[in-house]
Amino acid sequence: MTKSGLIEDVARRTPHISKKDTEVVVNTIFDSMIEALKEGDRIEIRGFGSFQVKIREAREGRNPKTGEPVHISAKRTPFFKVGKELKEMVDRSPDLPEEAEDDEAASV
Amino acid sequence: MTKAEIVEQIYERVGFSKKEAAELVEKVFDVIKETLARGEKVKISGFGNFVVRHKNARKGRNPQTGQEILLEARKVLTFKPSLVLKNVLNEETPDPSSQTPQE
Repeated sequence: MTKSGLIEDVARRTPHISKKDTEVVVNTIFDSMIEALKEGDRIEIRGFGSFQVKIREAREGRNPKTGEPVHISAKRTPFFKVGKELKEMVDRSPDLPEEAEDDEAASV
Repeated sequence: MTKAEIVEQIYERVGFSKKEAAELVEKVFDVIKETLARGEKVKISGFGNFVVRHKNARKGRNPQTGQEILLEARKVLTFKPSLVLKNVLNEETPDPSSQTPQE
């Protein structure tokens, strides 16, 4: 499911609210979550999970192609911790056929 | 930030009634949860992907007693933040010695 699929589904469940409005709200939800994380705020959605920004320390890495040492500076990374209810729901989820990995392309 | 604060943000930014905003916020997380409970992934562009992963059974150890235990196969939820989100979080820390964050 993508964001547009999510909007469709939510709109179907809220027939008294226009799809356009649903779309605006869905976008605002994620925008405000991104801004909270940007401010270093922790997000806690009960029954779902929590998001938190952690700092990855600077380290010396290596260019895997050339073997050359490179400096990787410290960076902030978001982490998600699944909530108890969702964790249990997911554990009981049916097996779906494995899809081809498309995480890289999809994450943009 | 909690769901109530998200509702507040929607009220402030787009002028929705708090009642409607609260209803929509509730439904949005319900739909995401139900989708993941079916084993499907949820991809939110600009934010990240929630993916259900299957973990095989493996032998573990009780860290307290050192006793071997069998950890059953299970399914776990992973979140992979989008590149956009990762970049946004590192935007306002201009460090002259650094380049763009690397993957």
